[in-house]
Amino acid sequence: MSLLSITDLDVHYGDFQAIYGLDLHLNEGETLAVIGANGAGKSTLLKTISGLLTPTAGDIQFDGTSIARMPAHKRVPLGIALTPEGRRIFRSLTVEENLKVGAHTKRKGPWNLASVYEAFPLVADRRDRLGVNLSGGEQQAAAIGRALMSNPRLLLLDEVSLGLAPVVVEQIYAALPTITSQGTTVLVVEQDVNQSMRVADRVQCLLEGRTVLEGAPSTLTRDQVASAYFGI
Amino acid sequence: MQWLNAVIQGVLLGGLYALLAAGLSLMFGVMRIVNLAHGVLAVLAAYLGYVMVDSFDVPWFLAVLIVVPVMALIGYVLQWGLFNRALSKGGLAPLLVAFGLAVVLTQLLQEFFTADTRSIQIGSLGTNSIQISEDIYIGVFPIVTFVVGVLVIAGVQIFLNTAPLGRAMRAASDDPDTVKLMGIDNRQVYALSTALALATVGLAGMFIGMKTQFSPTYGDLVLIFAFEAVIIGGLGSLWGTLVGGIVLGVAQAVGNQINPAYGLLIGNLVFLAILAFRPQGLLPKAVTT
Repeated sequence: MSLLSITDLDVHYGDFQAIYGLDLHLNEGETLAVIGANGAGKSTLLKTISGLLTPTAGDIQFDGTSIARMPAHKRVPLGIALTPEGRRIFRSLTVEENLKVGAHTKRKGPWNLASVYEAFPLVADRRDRLGVNLSGGEQQAAAIGRALMSNPRLLLLDEVSLGLAPVVVEQIYAALPTITSQGTTVLVVEQDVNQSMRVADRVQCLLEGRTVLEGAPSTLTRDQVASAYFGI
Repeated sequence: MQWLNAVIQGVLLGGLYALLAAGLSLMFGVMRIVNLAHGVLAVLAAYLGYVMVDSFDVPWFLAVLIVVPVMALIGYVLQWGLFNRALSKGGLAPLLVAFGLAVVLTQLLQEFFTADTRSIQIGSLGTNSIQISEDIYIGVFPIVTFVVGVLVIAGVQIFLNTAPLGRAMRAASDDPDTVKLMGIDNRQVYALSTALALATVGLAGMFIGMKTQFSPTYGDLVLIFAFEAVIIGGLGSLWGTLVGGIVLGVAQAVGNQINPAYGLLIGNLVFLAILAFRPQGLLPKAVTT
């Protein structure tokens, strides 16, 4: 049975429709990469799953319960955590305080300060620094650590690589196997196709709010992905 | 010696101003709400205390212990009933709602208690004093007020720095949307912040009621003093608010010493000078958002 099951989803920003009749299914323990160009609706999708946006039509089922109209803060205790676009680290809090805020729901599981520091040495080094004084890569690692502190069943990662040096992106993605080995289901959104093809069990490509290609990375050719990505 | 005396009295008065301003500073710091009803809420607390002490013979310290949680409850209800809705409308809505609340509350107090001045009787505590030197006497009540003011500021600051809820308040101040992604209902955090703020307002109102004569419109003066303390100290910083309160208190006391008519004037001039030459305040918050 699917952990996350999205059917016929429509999402609007005012009059502008960002997602059209989208279907998405994710099994427990699976890693899915949603790829697509700017404006494909990737971040909108994650905001809708986490509850920051409310869909205009369709349903989102999490572990058999409909969550489409549940407020964001009630979804975290169920085990949904989002690392948002732009990282959104709390600027006036230290890194460690950011992590502690992430653990607010006190969900039980493998993640705590010690295990996050072990998985992200970069975060451990900066634990006493204020959020406002972190580099982009440090912010990203801290934001993922903060999301893990709620011990999610489903981790949503939005544009992890955006604006970061390749070497930093690699450091951060190096922690992903540790996360998935705990049985955590991961939905990663990326513009960087190569990065996501490497880590994902399955790839779903969006174009202007609709799914245009879906499959395991090994079954997809470069040309297929390129034409789906750019819509040519 | 008179001048030293004036400075000492001013510092002690500053403790009261800091106590008055703590709630205003907290609500602005967490929610960016400029609570124009702050002063009249303090006066409301003073009237609650007055009724208990005057009509029901409740000892004043017991009245304090009752008024503080009652004001906290009022804060919680006000936040859910008025301010959370106003915040969702954005912009000036919370300011206008607070202004409306101030007008309505003032009128209601006029209706119930008339415009006559009252004060809360505390017996000999109000008149006892300690002799420091030949011609310097310090009142016991101003000392108690000062100590309570410093303890409240320190207590709220320690709470914000270390308690999980205090951390959530600072996080909500930084980024209310992202706080929801941590499983925290930012509106509930706001309601608890306002409850805490109004608990300090309740305490401040009781001390005003015990110190001086008040009437329903006295809140205007309270609001101005609280504002001046917050601005002088620096927005969003509680230690700054304490410093601001003391600067304002000393300025007023020294002004009084020059000429009893100049006290308020000099306080206001110091406030204007700070606004003109150091608008960020004496101890601004380290991180601005």
